[in-house]
Amino acid sequence: MRYIPSGSRAVREMLQRVGVAEIDDLFVTIPEPLKIKAPLQIRPAQSEFSLRRELKAKAATYPTEAFSFLGGGVYRRFIPSAISPVVTRAEFLTSYTPYQPEISQGTLQAMFEFQTLLAELTGMDVANGSMYEGATALAEAVLMAKRIKPKRNRVLVSQGVHPEYLETLRTYLHHQNLEIAVIPLNSAGQTDFHALRQVLDENSLCSLLQVVNFFGVIEDQAAHAELTQAAGCLNIASVLEMTSLGMLEPPGSFGVDIFVGEGQSLGLPLSFGGPNLGVFACKKAYVRKMPGRLSGQTVDQEGRRAFCLTLSTREQHIRREKATSNICSNQQLCALWVSMYLSLLGRKGLKELAEMNYSKGREAKKLLAAVPGVKIRHSAAHYNEFVIELPQKALRVWEELDRRGYLAGIPLVWFDPADDQALLVNVTEVNPKEEIEALALALKEVL
Amino acid sequence: MNPGRKGLVLAEPLLFERSKSGKGGMELPEWDVETYPTEEIPPHLLRKEEAKLPELSEPEVVRHFTRLSTYNYSLDAGFYPLGSCTMKYNPKLNDWAANLEDFTEAHPYAPYRHQQGLLELLWELKEDLKEIAGMDEVCLHPAAGSHGELLGILLIRAYHQERGDTKRTQVLIPDSAHGTNPSSAAICDLTAVTLPSGPDGLIDMAALDQLMTEKVAAIMLTNPNTCGLFETRIQEVIDLVHQRGGLVYFDGANMNALVGMARPGDMGADVLHFNVHKTFSTPHGGGGPGAGPIGLKSLLADYLPRPLLAKRGEELILDYNRPKSIGRVRSFYGNIGVLIRAWTYIRSMGPDGLVQMTGQAVLNANYIKARLEQDFHAPFGQAHCMHEVLLTDRGQKASTMDFAKGLIDRGFHPPTVYFPLVVSGALLIEPTETESKLALDAFCDAMLELKAMDAETLQASPTGAFVRRVDETLAARKPILRWKEES
Repeated sequence: MRYIPSGSRAVREMLQRVGVAEIDDLFVTIPEPLKIKAPLQIRPAQSEFSLRRELKAKAATYPTEAFSFLGGGVYRRFIPSAISPVVTRAEFLTSYTPYQPEISQGTLQAMFEFQTLLAELTGMDVANGSMYEGATALAEAVLMAKRIKPKRNRVLVSQGVHPEYLETLRTYLHHQNLEIAVIPLNSAGQTDFHALRQVLDENSLCSLLQVVNFFGVIEDQAAHAELTQAAGCLNIASVLEMTSLGMLEPPGSFGVDIFVGEGQSLGLPLSFGGPNLGVFACKKAYVRKMPGRLSGQTVDQEGRRAFCLTLSTREQHIRREKATSNICSNQQLCALWVSMYLSLLGRKGLKELAEMNYSKGREAKKLLAAVPGVKIRHSAAHYNEFVIELPQKALRVWEELDRRGYLAGIPLVWFDPADDQALLVNVTEVNPKEEIEALALALKEVL
Repeated sequence: MNPGRKGLVLAEPLLFERSKSGKGGMELPEWDVETYPTEEIPPHLLRKEEAKLPELSEPEVVRHFTRLSTYNYSLDAGFYPLGSCTMKYNPKLNDWAANLEDFTEAHPYAPYRHQQGLLELLWELKEDLKEIAGMDEVCLHPAAGSHGELLGILLIRAYHQERGDTKRTQVLIPDSAHGTNPSSAAICDLTAVTLPSGPDGLIDMAALDQLMTEKVAAIMLTNPNTCGLFETRIQEVIDLVHQRGGLVYFDGANMNALVGMARPGDMGADVLHFNVHKTFSTPHGGGGPGAGPIGLKSLLADYLPRPLLAKRGEELILDYNRPKSIGRVRSFYGNIGVLIRAWTYIRSMGPDGLVQMTGQAVLNANYIKARLEQDFHAPFGQAHCMHEVLLTDRGQKASTMDFAKGLIDRGFHPPTVYFPLVVSGALLIEPTETESKLALDAFCDAMLELKAMDAETLQASPTGAFVRRVDETLAARKPILRWKEES
């Protein structure tokens, strides 16, 4: 096996030094009945050559050439060529968690920079070094809220929160003695704040608002902040399409207590939904209740600036069952990728990218709304994603468009069986105008 | 400014300190639509102040991060014997596979017909993992080992709950277990009860007999345990837990000692997680992403999270129709890029390669033990260890921390230090199978050299790293967690 350097001579020498005749003798502590008698029933080893052929064939079933309008929590981005060669350098890729700071300053400084970049982007005081992904980050935010206000038991969740996130939250809260109340959307597509006001009381632990909601609608963060603050209820904001923060006022400006997001939208590949990047930030006052790793600035023995993992008394390897979370590894490499993306994009680039996505969204809304029988569902402003209503079953239209080379959006019937004539359509900077025009034309033909 | 910090190891300030107004490092795609005004959006929701991202050109950004990378020690550069972390070589073929464009551009909501190749790969990985662990079912969703633990405990709770067995509110966890075990139990609102190890470093049957009551939902075992020892009474332990109505969670962190030799499923484990970033060679990335698939016995299968990879005729699909499911544990379906690497690794190794892997990993650990046990205290006195060897600083002039920092000066990553907690001053050394005898000898020589040094010299180390010892107390006492202009 080419990954194992020891040849038979080295093995012999080592066995001799250890004082056994063969490797099997080292497994004497495994009781005989528990030992495997026959070889594992898995495929025999394949050469690198044949594996590459097989992998290429497996990958090729995906139509990268199709015109895609798929979003719904992960977003297609233009990714500069400069990122991958640097992020995949072995020094980043093949190092462990930076528990030995003297030989991990690269990862630690990059983590510190990531924390700063995300704090700047979201307007929050402090961001951590990352979480697994957006949905679990949201669940962890609610668990953190419970640590801040242990006496309150009700979690209010806008219906605009991504349905997979809500489902993940339900799983995490199942054994937590917390109840979830879902706040509906109004006909414009925004969270119904009258309904929220009705349920807010002294038992309301936190209220979750997805700033650009699942249906692509821009929510009124100011109204949400005002209502939750008055009720002493923690305000949790989430953003999945993070480039929208290039044009939208950041959650921190509205006094949000905890921010969570999905960082894939900041230049990470789709990779079938993982690995992606949980983003987590909060107010300074709550930092010791925050889950996840943090890099902090300090000095070395000679007084030079240095970085190390800090506030680790929150973490499971010290606190065990009293830890703020069971999260151990994070998504450091993805965080590094995002840091590099944001560094290249820069201040002006972020703003322009957001404007471009917004404008492409407007263009697409205009062109699709002009197709006979098609309606834009929500009247409130969108960022780069929106729901179209069709005069017939969406699944049929969607399949027909797929056959013509269009991944035309996400059928909402997947999330709500009654909602069977609607598609969630996403347009980003990687959709040239011709693609949008072609989609409108194809839709017209199909209907 | 002299760019050199140490010769050609170059000094690099923070991104924000390098930034110069007006620069950018990325070209966006061409504008081909008009710039729409934002009149639809209420003005109070529009960003007033630009986010203070750095302003740098592409070469400056590339240089910045490349310089940072040179401050890291890495597995590709050298020996990395972190105990219970299995820092084995990360094959480049695996990265090639995960980075295939058709994989990286695959959208999770694309129609099934486009996903068949990838789903087939995931199906095959699932089948292989079932066979390797001796389990009935595998779920690929968890993003990390700790996430797999959480899922496993949720399944166990669902199982007891459906049987109306609601009094089981405790989880037994050996004192040598990873810290994630008790915290995963706590998230599921179960009480972690510590099971003390016996004098031989193994589970103490008398203590187990006493603590294994009708209140216990499960035991969480690591085998081999974090002392590097196989739990020789595993069968009695598991039988006792099962007889009294509990289930067995098996922490698979140390699977590198078992693959192809013995299977947790055959031992009676009901659910386990794999750390594919340990056993199956996927890179750690400086702390992630990993993946923590779980394997389980059929008695838990009904409760698996949605959606479940399934076959519908010839087609692979994701089955959401799972009425007893505990629900979702994350968005989408798992850390696919990591799982592709694991599939590639298992295929590269084959059944014989995996056996060779395990055997060599255990031999390498035992070789280090044989070379060092005369000079370092090896607790518990078993003749052989499994894939890692536990030593301590008892009787040494310097502390475990000093040995760790001294190793850095000799060109080695330190082992895991001060873990497990069952001994004082632990040095947990896991060489893995991908190190040569030459590397192992060099490491052992360095350890012996450090032993002979006076404590004072050792306490001054490291002197050859990018920075000297770092003041971690200051970092925690006065946390600075982000850069600010005035700082």
